[in-house]
Amino acid sequence: MKNTKIEVKDLSLYYGEKQALKNISLEIPRNKVTALIGPSGCGKSTFLRCINRMNDLIPSVKITGEMLVEGIDIYDKNVDVVNIRKKIGMVFQKSNPFPKSIYENVAYGPKINGINNKTELDEIVETSLRQAAIWDELKDRLDDSAMGLSGGQQQRLCIARTLAVSPDIILMDEPASALDPISTSKIEELVHELKEQYTIIIVTHNMQQAARTSDYTAFFYLGELIELGKTNTIFTKPEQKQTEDYITGRFG
Amino acid sequence: MDKIIDKENPHFFSNTTNNADVKGKFFIGITQLAVVLIIAILFIILGIIVFEGREKFSWEFISSFPTDGMTKGGVLPAIIGTFILVVVMSIAAVPFGTITAIYLTEYAKENSKIAAAVRFSVRTLAVVPSIIFGLFGLGFFIQFLGTGLDETFNGGELHWGQPNILWASLTMSLLTLPVIIVSVEEALKTIPRELREASLALGATKWQTIKNIVLPGSISGIMTGTILAVSRGAGEVAPILFTGAAYYLATLPESLSDQFMNLGYHIYIMSTQSSDVEKTMPIQFATTLVLLILTLSLNLVAVIIRSRIRRKSK
Repeated sequence: MKNTKIEVKDLSLYYGEKQALKNISLEIPRNKVTALIGPSGCGKSTFLRCINRMNDLIPSVKITGEMLVEGIDIYDKNVDVVNIRKKIGMVFQKSNPFPKSIYENVAYGPKINGINNKTELDEIVETSLRQAAIWDELKDRLDDSAMGLSGGQQQRLCIARTLAVSPDIILMDEPASALDPISTSKIEELVHELKEQYTIIIVTHNMQQAARTSDYTAFFYLGELIELGKTNTIFTKPEQKQTEDYITGRFG
Repeated sequence: MDKIIDKENPHFFSNTTNNADVKGKFFIGITQLAVVLIIAILFIILGIIVFEGREKFSWEFISSFPTDGMTKGGVLPAIIGTFILVVVMSIAAVPFGTITAIYLTEYAKENSKIAAAVRFSVRTLAVVPSIIFGLFGLGFFIQFLGTGLDETFNGGELHWGQPNILWASLTMSLLTLPVIIVSVEEALKTIPRELREASLALGATKWQTIKNIVLPGSISGIMTGTILAVSRGAGEVAPILFTGAAYYLATLPESLSDQFMNLGYHIYIMSTQSSDVEKTMPIQFATTLVLLILTLSLNLVAVIIRSRIRRKSK
């Protein structure tokens, strides 16, 4: 793949003694949506959290192998984890807005990056909320607390908050698993629009969602990458028996 | 218990013998007696203080100086002294305690030996008798620090090497430090991991996350800790006995190197050093009433704030 954004080489992750990811090697294409699927506990979320080094927060975790983003190993000693997370945004399973106003939520990232100019911040907030397709709903209540929004609105606000830092890559950890069908379809539409500008990696439990939203799909099982390919291929004629069994619902 | 047992066949549901039943009732009786006693003790104490203190307790009492060899007048300087004491104490103890709590909950690794040592020290500090703090304050702050300062900067002239507000407040802050550390730690822990992760995932550093997300969410916890510490500090006498409290002062303190009067100490003096017990008894009760109202209302505020935090974190 010429247009590789992320290249993973022989990545393993251990929780203490237990190995949770086993020698993962894969390439993730630029400006596409890649879905990570697999049964609970297969390591897909753990893998996702390796891409922005969120696993650093867990003391017992040990990681070997390479995670090359634009050719740079993000686990290299000289790389600053804070800069990585600015370039690689993350949307979490449970929407987690800060207990602040809608405006302050979106402005949080730019502010910690040293942007304090009010006009500039206003502009970032508006652009980000527009990109997250929630500007029209929220523009008149930017000073209201984000905690008063519905679950779906909160999640789109969290996406806007991530966009405000202008990342290259957006990681989404089951972003719609706690939402109703209408909110879910809004998030899926959003993912579709955002891939023009961003490389998106989305973990999902929902097979239809993977099929609908992604260009590529990776199937994880018991900490191993079983197969990665075009979503069409994975869902119609997968190469591996395990993938087929999982997709057809024979297990998992 | 009695109701579910069949009258005809008392042993149908349980195999208790009559003897065990009597024993059971006896112990229930003892527990009930204990409960009644506790409540009675509290109400007797409060009742006596309110009853005996009510006569003297007035606006004039809390707003005027003692007069006629402290057999008349009010307790204004003792109230103000107590107030200054707890303010200076808080200025020293709250930041120090908060920083310690931040280290313990945010920075210390799970199996850190230093953190374990700090926790052990905090727990031990909390059970050290308060008179020990008083002696420590005398030895460390006054004789070591104060005298050291005088010898270095004042050519040996006595200024800091004697009891004053500063040393008394610092001594008191050592006593109340554990209260603050524990309260703030509790508050920091209520900030959910999801919020910390959200901040870190946006490229915030750990310190930015603590400053912008964790601390603002813990403000009420820090306030609770402060109020509890203040109410503790307002009521303790032993730590200030040798470090700054004065028997009687005709004027209010003007600087940190002045001595001060204090409500708790005033009660102690009134009950042990009085020249005329008949005359000072009502003053003593009224002073006690002032101190009680002060500490009880501070505790009440702390309880209210704390229950609000609990409700919010659920």
